[in-house]
Amino acid sequence: MIRQNWWKILCVVLLIYTITAGFLGAVPAKDILNETIRNLYFHVAMWFTMMVLFTVSVVYSVLYLRTGKPIHDIYALEYAKGGILFGCLGLVTGSIWARFTWGAFWSNDPKQLCAAIALLIYFAYLVLRNSMTDMDKRARIGAVYNIFAYAMLFPTIFIIPRMVDSLHPGGMGNPAMDTKDIDPRMEMIFWPGAVPGWALLGVWITTLRIRLQLLAEKKLSHA
Amino acid sequence: MYGVLLYVASTIFVLYLAMGQPEGDVWKGLFWMIQLFVCVNAVAKSFLQEGRGRLLYFYSITGPANFILSKLLFNALLMLSMSLLSLGLFVLMLGDPMPEPVQFVLISCLGGMSLSLVFTFLAAIAARAQQSAALMAILGFPLVIPQLLLLSKISNIAFADVLQGGLGWMIAVLAALDVLIIALSLILFPFLWKD
Repeated sequence: MIRQNWWKILCVVLLIYTITAGFLGAVPAKDILNETIRNLYFHVAMWFTMMVLFTVSVVYSVLYLRTGKPIHDIYALEYAKGGILFGCLGLVTGSIWARFTWGAFWSNDPKQLCAAIALLIYFAYLVLRNSMTDMDKRARIGAVYNIFAYAMLFPTIFIIPRMVDSLHPGGMGNPAMDTKDIDPRMEMIFWPGAVPGWALLGVWITTLRIRLQLLAEKKLSHA
Repeated sequence: MYGVLLYVASTIFVLYLAMGQPEGDVWKGLFWMIQLFVCVNAVAKSFLQEGRGRLLYFYSITGPANFILSKLLFNALLMLSMSLLSLGLFVLMLGDPMPEPVQFVLISCLGGMSLSLVFTFLAAIAARAQQSAALMAILGFPLVIPQLLLLSKISNIAFADVLQGGLGWMIAVLAALDVLIIALSLILFPFLWKD
């Protein structure tokens, strides 16, 4: 576990920068989008964070299968939970944005659907784990499913949404997260500020939860 | 085996009684839903019905890679025949709205096999956790939705009168997904196997 403090301070600084500059900074004036364009710093960064956490989780699952240390299983589980949290936040910030641009919180857009399905896949991971009582078996089968789910996540959120028509920015000629068409002023907040800031916050929350789990385990073994 | 056959026939018959002869879109949607449920039933059976003794016997004669490979192959063939059978029954009872029947037969074969691959691996996971039948649905349905979306996109092409682009690309994605699932099953199954 990372015990240094510098990255926590960095995380707070980056988030303060993101939030102040994100709400006050200049943004290009566009029809329909107007000020909702600032959601880039929150909504899109949530998905980046979710992917970071899921990736770390799957790395720990692989490590668990290779070494069999129970601590890796706790890491994998907590990182997956953190990813789910940020996935939910991404969905919520997205639907709030959609309310003001598309006119409804939920409009069965393919990207909304695929994001929801991706979360269902990970909820199933938690259900699967809870369905077993044997610790060792739960950890091993959970790790296997986690790797499988991660592989299936790619078609769900990266391939299929790109193949169907969608209202979401990034398709059908809408502007999107693209290195070519992002405004340079927004780029200065998004890449150095929002993405690492939220990702660090996700890792921070997860490490706290891991510490809690480890303490609970210790208490259990001493009781 | 006969149970699955009866399941296919009676579900499609119930559908016919409830829906009559639906339009192309509804027909297609119903067809893939039936495929999904047939797959859950047929494939789940193949794993969950193995007794402890039989598994032990397999364990003694072969390795995990061979075992999962043969399971995948068997289930793919099973689903292939079930797809063709249910396609035949669909045409017989719910009518035939397809302008391009040959294409759709091929697509449904591919679709049935893709579904069976995912469910074989999930059945292997679910069989290790006890309450398997309900677990199969919880694990499986979110995981197959991408495949089903892709399949219904592909089958749009067989239903459309005008030729649409992108068919080869989508079939390539589906095939790549299948290869991915087979590879993952081969890598991950040994961990489910040893106990």
